Amino acid sequence: MAEAKVAPRTPPSKRDWSWRSQAFRGLIYQILAVLLIGSAVWWLAHNTSENMRIRGIKSGFDFLAAPAGFDIGESLFPFDSNNPYWKAFLIGITNTLRVAIVGIILTTILGTLLGVGRFSRNGLVRGLCQTYVEFFRNVPVLLQLLMWYLLFTELLPDIADAKHFGGFFLSKGGLSFPDPVWATGHLWAVGGLAVGAVLTWAYRRWARRSFEATGRLRSMFWVPVAIVLAAGVVGWLIGGAPSEFNFPKKGEFAVEGGGSLTPEFMAVLLGLTLYTSSFVAEVVRSGISSVARGQGEAAQALGLSKGQEMQKVLLPQALRVIIPPVTSQFLNLTKNSSLAVAIGYPDVVSIANTALNQTGRAVECIALIMLVYLVTSLSTSIFMGWYNAKSAIQER
Amino acid sequence: MAETIIFQSLPARPAPTKTEGLVPWAKANLFANWQSTVTTFVVGGLLLYFIPQFLNWAVLTATTVPNADACRAPGVGACWGVITEKYRLIIFGRYPLEEQWRPLVATLLLLALLVASCTRAFWNKWLLVLWAVVVAIFFALMYGNVLGLSKVTTDRWGGLPLTIMLSSMSMVMAFPLAIAVALGRRSKLPAIRTFCTIYVELIRGVPLISVLFMASFMFPLFMPQGVTIDVLIRVFAGLTLFAAAYMAEVIRGGLQAMPKGQAEAAASLGLSYWQTQGRIILPQALALVVPSIVNNFIGLFKDTSLVGIVSLYELTGSLGLALNGDADWRPFKLEGYVFITFIYFAFCFAMSRYSLWIEKQVNKSKLR
Amino acid sequence: MINTRLKVAFSAMLAATALTALPAHAGKTLDAIKAKGQIVCGVNTGLAGFSQADAAGNWTGIDADTCKAIAAAVLGDATKIKWVPLNAQQRFAALQSGEIDILARNTTFSLTRDASLGLHQTAVTYYDGQGFMVTAKSKIKDAKQLKGQTVCVQSGTTTEKNLTDFSKANGLGIKPVVFEKVEAATGAYFAGRCIAYTTDASGLASVRNKEAKVPDDHVILPQLISKEPLGPMVRRGDDEWFAIVKWVIYGLLESEEYGITQANVDQMKTSQDPVVQRILGTTEDTGKLLGLDKEWMARALKSVGNYGEMFERNVGPKSPLKLPRGANNQWNKGGLMYAYPVR
Repeated sequence: MAEAKVAPRTPPSKRDWSWRSQAFRGLIYQILAVLLIGSAVWWLAHNTSENMRIRGIKSGFDFLAAPAGFDIGESLFPFDSNNPYWKAFLIGITNTLRVAIVGIILTTILGTLLGVGRFSRNGLVRGLCQTYVEFFRNVPVLLQLLMWYLLFTELLPDIADAKHFGGFFLSKGGLSFPDPVWATGHLWAVGGLAVGAVLTWAYRRWARRSFEATGRLRSMFWVPVAIVLAAGVVGWLIGGAPSEFNFPKKGEFAVEGGGSLTPEFMAVLLGLTLYTSSFVAEVVRSGISSVARGQGEAAQALGLSKGQEMQKVLLPQALRVIIPPVTSQFLNLTKNSSLAVAIGYPDVVSIANTALNQTGRAVECIALIMLVYLVTSLSTSIFMGWYNAKSAIQER
Repeated sequence: MAETIIFQSLPARPAPTKTEGLVPWAKANLFANWQSTVTTFVVGGLLLYFIPQFLNWAVLTATTVPNADACRAPGVGACWGVITEKYRLIIFGRYPLEEQWRPLVATLLLLALLVASCTRAFWNKWLLVLWAVVVAIFFALMYGNVLGLSKVTTDRWGGLPLTIMLSSMSMVMAFPLAIAVALGRRSKLPAIRTFCTIYVELIRGVPLISVLFMASFMFPLFMPQGVTIDVLIRVFAGLTLFAAAYMAEVIRGGLQAMPKGQAEAAASLGLSYWQTQGRIILPQALALVVPSIVNNFIGLFKDTSLVGIVSLYELTGSLGLALNGDADWRPFKLEGYVFITFIYFAFCFAMSRYSLWIEKQVNKSKLR
Repeated sequence: MINTRLKVAFSAMLAATALTALPAHAGKTLDAIKAKGQIVCGVNTGLAGFSQADAAGNWTGIDADTCKAIAAAVLGDATKIKWVPLNAQQRFAALQSGEIDILARNTTFSLTRDASLGLHQTAVTYYDGQGFMVTAKSKIKDAKQLKGQTVCVQSGTTTEKNLTDFSKANGLGIKPVVFEKVEAATGAYFAGRCIAYTTDASGLASVRNKEAKVPDDHVILPQLISKEPLGPMVRRGDDEWFAIVKWVIYGLLESEEYGITQANVDQMKTSQDPVVQRILGTTEDTGKLLGLDKEWMARALKSVGNYGEMFERNVGPKSPLKLPRGANNQWNKGGLMYAYPVR
């Protein structure tokens, strides 16, 4: 009996030059895509360089080394109009980061409070948190920034008659506050804080060991805080306890001296924080409600208080769900800080805009803006990815 | 000797505490324990302090007379007169006054279409045809130059019609691009996957304002000599590219949520790649992500307020246009902001409710 | 892949847009303008006295009038203009890219702009200088009193740089608050955010008289800290068009010198003055050399009048801006306006 052999239909191999080969088709598609995108990019680049050549428009990043020639209203470190453009950009970047970092910290606090508030036993608090979230996230952030700025510049007292309380002055010119005069003694204080941090780390290690050995729970929050503060104070005392402050005082037309926060900075910070916290609150709420119901019930069965239940059981578990979307909210906050340009805060977009006009290098300046944000975004997501991996469930 | 058992009825248990009604609710939600009670008094006190003040400003002492001097009178709160005086400029921008019925009709049509697009009964291919027709009518009405309508160039378009048009149309334009990019990012072909990934990450890494700057300042340099494209179209292109990157990620999420079995079943039926995606995967994946797409749309709607920075006068920009140059009314800009805040809020809130509702619908089918 | 298909569709769309867009070859600006029947004029988004649109979309101001005169000279109709309002950041890119044919947007001429933007500066239509405006209440009398104070300024202008130079030269440490849009800058000044607002003196007058509730509450300090020659710009690479714009402006200036006005253009055609005859094209065809016809200047004058009339109507003492003629007077009356002769 002869065996009837049916040759199986083998799929065409990769080298098979036929339309039946999926791999071959894929190759063709890819070549087409590369060609198309490549030629589109080439076409755009060619047009641009052609346009620039014909009209004699200068291009290149050499302008970064030339003196900027303009002043910047507020900066973390001194800037002079003779300084080169790259330094102006650097000031812009630090201004952006200043708003973004402070904003992220405040947003985290406010957003978590609001999110947890949605689970409050108190109906008023629940309702208030929900109203807040619904209102602030449904109004464009630009509009909110403009509105805060308007409120600051319209409602605060005139620069000439600034409101005075303690060492502080509040007016349309911003908030002026006593600024400690920098002395070497402060360096000692910083050193003290560093020593305190090391001591804290050692204390926590010891406390954890002793907990595992004896079961005795030691304070993991107040004692470390006290250690750090005490070490800082000791350092400050060793440094000769410098306590000289640069107090703001009323000048002829305005408040002079001291440190100050401009209304632009405050408006950007407030607007971004309030807007982004509404999103963070929503993320925190859905994160907490994603924790299995039994967890909360188990906590109650153990006799944990409502606060302990939230702090020790629900939040740590919710954190895993919360972190990825909160990261993207932080990135949104950073990106939205570019709207500061609308209310005159000298962030990187505003500086790039000025540079663009002084030099006419539109392509270069916009590329720089994009680069700054891309780097910030990518590094934040890398950091958050690392943290996320760290806080993920350790599956054994 | 037998013990006698005397049955004694136990005293009746108290009736269960009433759990419905105002008083029990207040007891459980406002005065459950001393912390809650203190909170209630503090929060309630603050509310009782601020809300009457706000109402006093916004309603009781407010004036709606379109007269700047009446607003300056002592004791007058909010000056809604600024709205009664300027509402046409705020809502329609610089569109010629006597022609403003055109943007009104065009916008109402577009809104009706948006509502229809949100209704399940309309989710079929005729919707595309409907969109094409309505968009054509919209532009015919806005631009004119046909059927005896006078020509109104795009630099005079503005206000709410522009906001709605920019957001809805760039969303619709972004949709096919987003699907393509989402599929591309999951493709097995490395070149295509790389391109799509670069595109998405690049756009999502930069703020919208830089994309708009690019559309506004740089785009003209990209074009060959002599070709000029209207700034409105350039901004459209910018918004579309931006929205597409975000939507592609949403759609990719939907695609990832599809169980592998679906694609395998399709393959075993002998369906090609396009048949598999078009008939099996995409319909299910898209239905899954409708709520996220609506949320994306809300974001885009709010983001259109940024085009004011590149001098297109949409709702936020037209408010500035209406009030900045007018010394009489400039002091009442706050009322203007409150007014447009209300408009934005109404639209976004309605859409977010819709998104919640549709999310429930989607989940319903899962519960079955 | 759908991706590639889309790209094809996209390129096709781009090509289609390119075909429908109006062709405007560099070097052939005049032909292109004649072909499309209108001049595309880039103007300010709104600066009283220079270029400002009313509710009906009619543009007025010195810059707007310059465009009208050119349209009348080239196309024979001062209304054949497409107005493109631009902010400070957009203006050069718009001209460079060919989106507009002429940039008449109170733009300062300077070396950097001449040498690096690929643009030509035509002729000065207004000699200006940067000044400061403060509130009367502040009692500031001299710009040097602004030491350490905040000054509101719009970004993307030479103003920002001048302010820095002035502050530096006098060791004042002025703090600029820079805004993207002029409305935001003036709004912040009026709200009291800054002690002073700075821009060109004409701009200050415009803001003070048109936008302040009570103009007398604001004082424009007398000293000017810079030279700001303002005038229209055109793209490089088209010398014919450059010449036309330049000579229409000179024509307007010289007409004032020789007393040709909007009202008397037709009578002046019979004038025996050879200069007037040349300007109005009754003896020599000056227009032909520019690629225009004989009547070019006569039409321009009929549409907007001579330079003096433009000045009076838009910014002069009788206009809301109430600016004195000053440096913008004719050279023989103590001013700087010295037109090259039309001959």
